[in-house]
Amino acid sequence: MGILDFLKRKPEATAGVAKERLRIIVAQERSTRGGPDYLPLLRNELLEVIRKYVNVDVEAVNVSLERDSGHEVLELSVALPDGKVVGKPAASAS
Amino acid sequence: MTEIIVVTSGKGGVGKTTTSASLATGLAMQGKKVAVIDFDVGLRNLDLIMGCERRVVYDFVNVVHGEATLKQSLIKDKRHENLFVLAASQTRDKDALTQEGVEKVLDELAKENFDFVVCDSPAGIEKGAHLAMYFADHAVVVVNPEVSSVRDSDRILGLLSSKTRRAEKGEAPIKQHLLLTRYNPNRVEAGEMLSVKDVEEILGISVVGVIPESENVLAASNAGVPVILDDNSNAGAAYKDTVARILGEERPLRFLEPVKKGFLKRVFGG
Repeated sequence: MGILDFLKRKPEATAGVAKERLRIIVAQERSTRGGPDYLPLLRNELLEVIRKYVNVDVEAVNVSLERDSGHEVLELSVALPDGKVVGKPAASAS
Repeated sequence: MTEIIVVTSGKGGVGKTTTSASLATGLAMQGKKVAVIDFDVGLRNLDLIMGCERRVVYDFVNVVHGEATLKQSLIKDKRHENLFVLAASQTRDKDALTQEGVEKVLDELAKENFDFVVCDSPAGIEKGAHLAMYFADHAVVVVNPEVSSVRDSDRILGLLSSKTRRAEKGEAPIKQHLLLTRYNPNRVEAGEMLSVKDVEEILGISVVGVIPESENVLAASNAGVPVILDDNSNAGAAYKDTVARILGEERPLRFLEPVKKGFLKRVFGG
């Protein structure tokens, strides 16, 4: 560390942040890869319908497709905001 | 047998063309008969990096459309007589390339006893990128130690294992090689840049080479001489190691340690 380095602004050590963000997003994208293309669309339409009744966040609707031996399970979960119980908080269909 | 290598990345500007030029030249230096094809229709650039831009008469699209023969269109490298360049067309028509057309050209190269065909992919995941990877036996995925590049390369790794001929026919999967370029060990040590290990962990695949960030890469492209031919640069030496590893040789990674600054630089910065 030189004397004049104090005058220069040093970039922050941000590699750790980058690694953590990538770890999460890569894992998320891998989990949806190979699934049917309609899932994101389905999720968005559901979100629109739900928003007609309850003001939920984009993150509140989770759609996932799981393959079990021989059959597929489409699971929808909707997290409603606190204090407003309208309909079922979670539903699942197969 | 002709082996087809695609150089791809998803993100643009990470060093695909630089890598294609050095990889093809490195394979030719090992005595292999090599063709390197620019798949970036509309944005021809490989010819500049290879230094043959003024000798392009016919291009890839001309061959695909039967307007020229393959022999007429292959540009012989000035430095290696067993190295040939097939330039991209400058046409703006993105549909100029077809799967059948590309297959026909690759089959013809196989008949001419080429050992390797290096396919320089355009950026993105559109048709050109898809065609560049579709017939490949090996893939070199070029990645920078930077968030958007790493994420895009993961996407590309996914496409390589699902949207290629080998995947569709259920054959042995494409051999995937991760090449980390523009690596700066000093910034890694300071915690400012993802390390080799970070990138390997995130993507779950080990690197085939690490090319240090180097001023010589720009100098090489300025001159139209692939950087692998620059004997004084670390980048060139790292590319030579990478070529050897792709050919099956085991070589330790080099140039991963920070370069220590001299006394004056430590005092005055720089």
